[in-house]
Amino acid sequence: MENQRPSFYEEARGNGVSRRDFLKFCATMAAFLGLEASGIGQIVKALETKPRLPVIWFHFQECTCCSESFIRASHPLVADIVLNKISLDYQETLMAASGFQAEEAYKAVMAKYPGEYIVMVEGSIPTENEAYCCIGGRSALQILQEAVKNCKAVVAWGNCASAGCVQAASPNPTGAQPVHKVISGKPVINVQGCPPIADVMAGVVVHLLTFDRIPQLDGLGRPQAFYSRRVHDTCYRRANFDAGLFVESFDDEGAKRGYCLYKMGCKGPVTYNSCGIIKWNDSVSYPIQSGHPCIGCAEAGFWDNGPFYQHLPEVAGFGIETTADKIGLGLGVATAVGIAGHAIVTNIRKNKEIKNEEPVAGSKVETTKQS
Amino acid sequence: MRNRSVPLREVHVWEMPVRLYHWINALCITVLCVTGYVIGDPPAFMKGTEASFNYWFGTVRFIHFISAFLFFFNFIFRIYWGFTGNEFSRWYNFIPLKRCQWKEMLEVIKVDILQVTNKNIDSIGHNSLASFIYFITFLIFLLQCLTGFGMYAAMSNAFLPKLFSWIVPFLGGDMQVRQIHHVLMWGFILFAMIHVYLVFYHDYIERRGVTSSMIGGWKFIEEDVIERHDNRTEDCPKDI
Repeated sequence: MENQRPSFYEEARGNGVSRRDFLKFCATMAAFLGLEASGIGQIVKALETKPRLPVIWFHFQECTCCSESFIRASHPLVADIVLNKISLDYQETLMAASGFQAEEAYKAVMAKYPGEYIVMVEGSIPTENEAYCCIGGRSALQILQEAVKNCKAVVAWGNCASAGCVQAASPNPTGAQPVHKVISGKPVINVQGCPPIADVMAGVVVHLLTFDRIPQLDGLGRPQAFYSRRVHDTCYRRANFDAGLFVESFDDEGAKRGYCLYKMGCKGPVTYNSCGIIKWNDSVSYPIQSGHPCIGCAEAGFWDNGPFYQHLPEVAGFGIETTADKIGLGLGVATAVGIAGHAIVTNIRKNKEIKNEEPVAGSKVETTKQS
Repeated sequence: MRNRSVPLREVHVWEMPVRLYHWINALCITVLCVTGYVIGDPPAFMKGTEASFNYWFGTVRFIHFISAFLFFFNFIFRIYWGFTGNEFSRWYNFIPLKRCQWKEMLEVIKVDILQVTNKNIDSIGHNSLASFIYFITFLIFLLQCLTGFGMYAAMSNAFLPKLFSWIVPFLGGDMQVRQIHHVLMWGFILFAMIHVYLVFYHDYIERRGVTSSMIGGWKFIEEDVIERHDNRTEDCPKDI
């Protein structure tokens, strides 16, 4: 069975990809993954010799923007490799099969490659009432838990699967939970972003195949190769931030000069992603380069830390547009008023005390003063 | 002119290290609040220039970070001094574990805050309520250090900040950590307002020289208060 599965390279060649393009792809991936030069060889060898990865790709509560991002990856082979070559045995959006056949397909993967297949998940899982997301008569939670049982690893695509995204935003009516909250015992790779950068997605897949283990993850389960630095730290506008040059409104002189978007609510300083380096759409641009502040889509709870165009989030329970600063200032004024009131009472008390205190008899100071 | 008839004695309450801690702390907090606020909401006073020649915002952040390190080590030192200093600076003053400390707190609220009774509080060092409030500020110090270094950890490879790299994952992300850090700043500002006022108030009413005690270390305490302090059976004055 193993030998019958062709390698990535064989499939790519069969599809008319030149050796040159294949090597270019491997080199690009090695660069994105931050590997040293020898890593290119490792990737080439892995893609040439290792059989393709069996993959089950689930869509739960999501918008398919992760898939959309993926098929628009900059390098043609990147999208190809996963969607055609990676033996995408089950992918609700892109698979030809439907209904009964589709169900058969993914059950076949689980039966044929136990301990080998990768479960890739787009979307969050409802827990308030499992019926909010059902496929083929079974709930997302049931499907996921069954599929995960014998898988090698789980890849959680995007903010939905990694942190719940908009479905989990307050008040979270469906009780949406990210993948790592509802399963246990299997490694989960959180590929954050809404959607994640296509090349980052491809990089994760290539890493899984080349090194046969999950990439090094950070404290929030994100691959460190792509999520160890803030968008802010890799931003080409950073020099403007350090120089104190800020855009104050979208059409001012600063905006034209490309100043820092910090005061426009840019979440770059609190967001970990590779937007500043890999960029989007064939590395053409990314939001900040296009003049829009980062909305922090690769961070958990970014919907609840809004609004997007102001840096300090609103404080829940204090009404619209109430920030910590406004509350702080209000408390400061209240404190000042309290202090003033207290000072008045204190003075009345002090005056009484002075009146009640008898002058010391025979005090030298007293006599000198009086005479 | 009137003359105080109560016999007083000078007591060396705040040792040199405590006073030094206090003023370094005050300086750090002032600098941290000002620079912190500027970092959160920078004034855009420069326009029509290029980034090449300027670095003022970077400098503001640099000052913030340096002050933060100083604040952190100063705080660590104060905790150490809580175990080696004199009786007024010891850790047990700050944590209300004894009944008499809670009783004194009620007393202080009645006398100093509500001003319903006219009576002097016997404490020579901090009174119980003040101590407890300082304990809460110590907790805020701790939280502020944790969240601050937590955010700093991502841009540093140094040993100390790296110790805090678990904070961000623990709290869910930089946004949440930043928000907590920002809200706590207001805690410092409000505390400073009330603290300075109350120092003046106590000096005004109790006339024990509280304000200057943080400069020279000496307080002027009534003889009978000292007597009661020396003759107490537990750690709190008996009559409270």
